[in-house]
Amino acid sequence: MERMLLNIGPSHPAMHGTIQIKVELDGERVIKADVEIGYLHRGFEKTAENRTYIQIVPYTDRLNYVSPLLNNLAYAMAIEKLLGIDVPPRAKWLRMIFAEISRITDHLTCIAPIGMELGAFTVFLYMIKAREFLWDVLDATTGARLTTSYIRIGGVKADVPENFGELLKKAIEEVKKAVKDVGGLLSKNPIFLKRTRDIAIVSQSDALNYGFTGPVLRSTGYYYDVRKAFPYLYYDDVDFDVPLGENGDNYDRYMVRMREIEQSIRIIEQAFKKIEKGPVREKEGLIEAYEAIKASQRGEYLEGKLKLGPNLEGMEKETYESIMANVPEYVPPPKEDLYRTIEGMIRHFKLIMSGHGIRPPKGEVYIPIEGGNGELGFYIVSDGTDKPYRVHLRAPVFSIMSALGKMIEGYYVADVIPTFASINMIGGELDR
Amino acid sequence: MEWVIAVAVKVIVIFTWALLTVLYITLLERKESAVIQDRIGANRASILGLRLNGFFQPYADALKMFFKEDYTPPFVDKPFYYLAPLVSIVFALIPVGAVPVADSIGLFGRKFPLSVIGSNVGVVLILSLLSLAVYGVIFGGYGSRNKYGVLGGMRGTAQAISYEVAIGLSLVGVLMVFPSLDLNEIVHLQNRYILGGWVPLWGIFLQPLAAVLFLIAGMAENKRVPFDIPEGESEIIGYFLEYSGMKFGMFFVADFVEILLLAALFTTFFLGGYNLPWLFTEGFHFPWGGSLAMSPIIVRIVQFVTFNIKLWIMIWFLLLVRWTYPRYRFDQLMDLGWKSLVPLSIFNILITAAVMVVIR
Repeated sequence: MERMLLNIGPSHPAMHGTIQIKVELDGERVIKADVEIGYLHRGFEKTAENRTYIQIVPYTDRLNYVSPLLNNLAYAMAIEKLLGIDVPPRAKWLRMIFAEISRITDHLTCIAPIGMELGAFTVFLYMIKAREFLWDVLDATTGARLTTSYIRIGGVKADVPENFGELLKKAIEEVKKAVKDVGGLLSKNPIFLKRTRDIAIVSQSDALNYGFTGPVLRSTGYYYDVRKAFPYLYYDDVDFDVPLGENGDNYDRYMVRMREIEQSIRIIEQAFKKIEKGPVREKEGLIEAYEAIKASQRGEYLEGKLKLGPNLEGMEKETYESIMANVPEYVPPPKEDLYRTIEGMIRHFKLIMSGHGIRPPKGEVYIPIEGGNGELGFYIVSDGTDKPYRVHLRAPVFSIMSALGKMIEGYYVADVIPTFASINMIGGELDR
Repeated sequence: MEWVIAVAVKVIVIFTWALLTVLYITLLERKESAVIQDRIGANRASILGLRLNGFFQPYADALKMFFKEDYTPPFVDKPFYYLAPLVSIVFALIPVGAVPVADSIGLFGRKFPLSVIGSNVGVVLILSLLSLAVYGVIFGGYGSRNKYGVLGGMRGTAQAISYEVAIGLSLVGVLMVFPSLDLNEIVHLQNRYILGGWVPLWGIFLQPLAAVLFLIAGMAENKRVPFDIPEGESEIIGYFLEYSGMKFGMFFVADFVEILLLAALFTTFFLGGYNLPWLFTEGFHFPWGGSLAMSPIIVRIVQFVTFNIKLWIMIWFLLLVRWTYPRYRFDQLMDLGWKSLVPLSIFNILITAAVMVVIR
């Protein structure tokens, strides 16, 4: 019987993130699949070699663009390790909250297309709607929905806004509702079970051999979560479970992600208790920033506190140490100093200007964190200059994508797309 | 001569009604999916600033379809490519004409059925026309000269052919309890009452299993989620992926016409058609003894409204299923058809026959 060679992608409605899958079909059955990656290659690693350490932070937003804060976190932690600086506790709790929010957005963005690829478009919209509320939280805190650059070397950019608690509560309610609704629509739906159970099974040994991590590995029943295996931040101090699957099929991958959302909510709730009582900020009698700058240009120094923009709260002098490590040579100065004193200005310039900047000692570092899709790690080699000698991103989906061809062989062409959706391929992270 | 004019008027009126209904099915689909998905839905189209919450949207959509560039790819197989949308819509629309929207009236001394095709073999006619509609899918998929299109066409053909068996077999049970092939006669036979005249003898009460089977098979024939295998917008895009402009629009409209057809057929076979309970040709006869005389024309109008209400309830249900379920896979769909629906239909025929023998 003649076989048909079918090109799925890179321009195909279901190939989010431009991937090409060349499948050889016998009727509708996939005999051979060849997965072609690299259509979104932007040369992140090479670019990073030509940027200072601080300049790289915004690039990391664009890696896994559905959970940018996790990339920020992984990068910042690697550099901090290289520099040997410690982050203040409040900043760590904030990092944890935002890491878990990002994990939820990541999982929501994975489950939504699983539904959509199977024809359940309503599921897609429910999940994306819930994600909007989480992005409202990010927007209010970091000033951006996607290009956050919030977690920086030495701490976090700013403290949370005053209405953070309300926003977070609302977002968590919406996520819970979406998870419940989608669970009701899919988890026990006979058609969904038929379409996902025993489809694209990965055995535990295969998963380990391919270097799977994250939800896809855990769906095979293997207990490995960086947050438990090599705890970072305060993951030791919070209660959460690591959901495991059994078969490693599409349904388990879906289910593990659904249950991880609940666990992430648990972590957020515990972490939020620790930062609930933030520093009290004054509202009255503040000096506008531009006035302070003008005065400093005249050589005057305006006494009093500065009024900062809504996304810069916490960068005042008193509270700065609660969100940024107190190492003047590696972190930018508080805004009061920057706007009003020449010393602050110089300190800021020395960090930002090319040719100055952070100069970590010679050495190499690898720090893994648990990203949305698995172990996300930065391997950074420093040669003692202000630019890294080498930056490598260990992208979790890279190893998973290497097995996609094997995963879909022997199944139907209709299973290719849901399987592809279930591993949550993110082009920016995969192709870098 | 008067007769010919009367027939022409009937044809125009009924097809206008059908196409208007189809237009508003598209609006209902947009609105219903919007409510399900927490959105507002189309509400911007306006005439002289009058929006009426999307009332004019279907006309705007239709106009847009007409004015879109109608591009024919150079590699297509032209005769099949051009024929496919036509076949799809024509063979979806003609069966609608066989469905009686109200009881027949006497005109110029002859019986004047209120359906375009007042045939006495309406059921067979509808089934055969439905079978022809599959050529639209085959031609579209094959004529597109596109691998995805061919896959879609193959899937659609297999699906349509196997589900026609289920549709036919599930209707056999109905034809056994209402022994006629004339749709109007089948509707008439559902205007009988049991249990002291309280419960109408609708098909759904006499043939509940057949009703479920017919509905499922009909939805599969309709080729929409959860049975939109030939389309599978996220997998193979569908047999019509090389079409654009109004040619695509005709496939699109054919889909909605099939919704109307399925709803109309289900209403006719199982929900008593145009019958309002206790309404007879000369007016109401209530089971508690009361009665209300009405002129034949008023009765026809009431019947037409009743038919439309039932129709829209069915359409609402079909759209609800479409927006809440995921899609089957090709082989699973075949399993469902051949291993569940067909055996169950045969089982239904046997049970019906056994019960009829016992009752007699």
